[in-house]
Amino acid sequence: MSSAPAATEGPATAGVLTRAPRSLWSDAWRRLIANRLARLGMAIAIFFLVLAIAVPVVFPYNARVDSDLMNQLLPPSSQHLMGTDEQGRDVMNRIGQGARASLGVGISAVMIALLIGSLIGLVAGFVGKTPDLLTMFAMDVLLSFPALLLAIAVVALLGPGLRNSLLAITIVSIPVYARIARSTVLSIKQQEFINAARCVGVPSPRILFRHILPNSLSPIVVAGTLGVATAILEIAALGFLGLGQQPPYPEWGAMLADSVKYLTSGAWWVLVFPGVAIMLTVLGLNLLGDGLRDALDPRLRV
Amino acid sequence: MLSYIIKRALGVIPVLLCVSMLVFGFVRLIPGDPALVMLGERATPENIARVREQLGLNKPIYEQYLTFVSHALRGDLGRSILRQEPVTQEIIRRFPATIELALAALLFAIAVGIPAGVISAVRRGSWFDSSSMLVALTGVSMPIFWLGLMLIYLFAVVLHLLPTGGRLDAGTQLAPITNLVLVDSLLRGNMPVFIQGLRHLLLPALALGTIPMAIIARMTRSSMLEVLGQDYIRTAHAKGLMARTVVVRHALRNAWLPIITVVGLQVGILLSGAILTETVFSWPGIGRWLVDAIYARDYPIVQGVTLIIALIFVVVNLSVDILYALVDPRIRFE
Repeated sequence: MSSAPAATEGPATAGVLTRAPRSLWSDAWRRLIANRLARLGMAIAIFFLVLAIAVPVVFPYNARVDSDLMNQLLPPSSQHLMGTDEQGRDVMNRIGQGARASLGVGISAVMIALLIGSLIGLVAGFVGKTPDLLTMFAMDVLLSFPALLLAIAVVALLGPGLRNSLLAITIVSIPVYARIARSTVLSIKQQEFINAARCVGVPSPRILFRHILPNSLSPIVVAGTLGVATAILEIAALGFLGLGQQPPYPEWGAMLADSVKYLTSGAWWVLVFPGVAIMLTVLGLNLLGDGLRDALDPRLRV
Repeated sequence: MLSYIIKRALGVIPVLLCVSMLVFGFVRLIPGDPALVMLGERATPENIARVREQLGLNKPIYEQYLTFVSHALRGDLGRSILRQEPVTQEIIRRFPATIELALAALLFAIAVGIPAGVISAVRRGSWFDSSSMLVALTGVSMPIFWLGLMLIYLFAVVLHLLPTGGRLDAGTQLAPITNLVLVDSLLRGNMPVFIQGLRHLLLPALALGTIPMAIIARMTRSSMLEVLGQDYIRTAHAKGLMARTVVVRHALRNAWLPIITVVGLQVGILLSGAILTETVFSWPGIGRWLVDAIYARDYPIVQGVTLIIALIFVVVNLSVDILYALVDPRIRFE
């Protein structure tokens, strides 16, 4: 299960192996793209990622001057494929522009939390003893709150806004990655190649970052992918409660919050499309995460 | 077993202490003068003095914390800033609404999720398996508040079958006993109100229960698949037992452990999901109260509700651990 590149192939093994040995990652990649659902998930995730990057560049958008009060709440038509909202803004455009808020915050929150969390978990698991006990106790305290509640409390404290939601979601995600990283390190630490490295006199930090870290990456990668999905749902929830992105800037959850008052008046398009955007993005990431889990599972390796 | 329970229960105490410190520190971390922030436009010198006095802001911080903890231990969570109502009493008054909603959602999740998971596992690869797993995957991918809005739109606005929100129709009177509408109406023998309450409960419970249902179904399926591959299942089939008996008596029994855990884990999802569901369905529980308190910056309410939810969450997780040890003796002796 080493992540070493396929450079170990020598003349002695050439006759035995029918194919060149692949690294864990290239092997996982092959199995990932062989999985139909994972491919679908990846396609959806990439679609929304491209949307998030490209739409604000290709269609420059100023949320402050976008209202068109002559065209309020128009149903979907050839001009406005997803209709217009209560300020006459094109729903499809705002969904495209809002992708940046959801995906941008979701991905950055998870990346920061993943970095901090796995560093905490790696060091705690590697050092052991009191530092391990203390950090894991702190993580337990954070995990004593349901994640969304803690995120709401953090934003309530810091004030509403997209940046504070990012911070809140980062804080609630850290303990999750810390725990995963720690449990992986604990199992790797016992293995012989670590013992061997120690006997040769490799310094501890080098053992940690060169030998343990690469081998504990796969559960973290899987958790991270699924974590972006969760983070997007949390951002939408904060936005819906009015604690996330502030008007007039577009964000999917906030768009739904603006439209709740039209629930009984039959303007279904302002309610359906932003929700579908959230659901599809999260579904895509969940499919991709499930596929990655299967692809990286060494038990399923042939 | 008893020593295991005591050991685990004692281990929770330091966690709860730190939780209380966090919840206490929460208000003290607000940049600026907490009294000013909470009062906002209502900040007259008298009001500021009153709030400072009420929160004990004039005393040293450790003294404030000790007062907070000793009051909380005696069940006193202070008074709200806006209406001066005692937070504990209000939580007791509103909590049954949340419990009724969460229990109904959990019941739905278990009643649908476990059979769906078992059938999917037994008929692996069948039409039923792939479609129910697709539904489950969609279920975990949906924002809960959006699902609630869609349910309202479909069943209340378009089909006029069910009410849009609230626990009872406006104007319906029901003298509270337990504050659980379904229980109270039965106790009073009032069937029309019972049915009305049920109709109001249906959509929010469905919205809140969908994610847990999906998670439970997925977990039940994978746990059952693992067990169904074991040798003793083949033995049971080979000795001629009915397929039903093998699945229920032999397989499901041994698949319980992960299912129990995952059901226990749903409590966190139900409690935080209740915040959103109650907001969407105008459900008068503590979740909606918390959101209103956040908008009003009424921090004693926010503190109180956060503390109670964290307490419930920790206690339920502890109970799941203990239940786990009861079911699986290996854990006790580790």
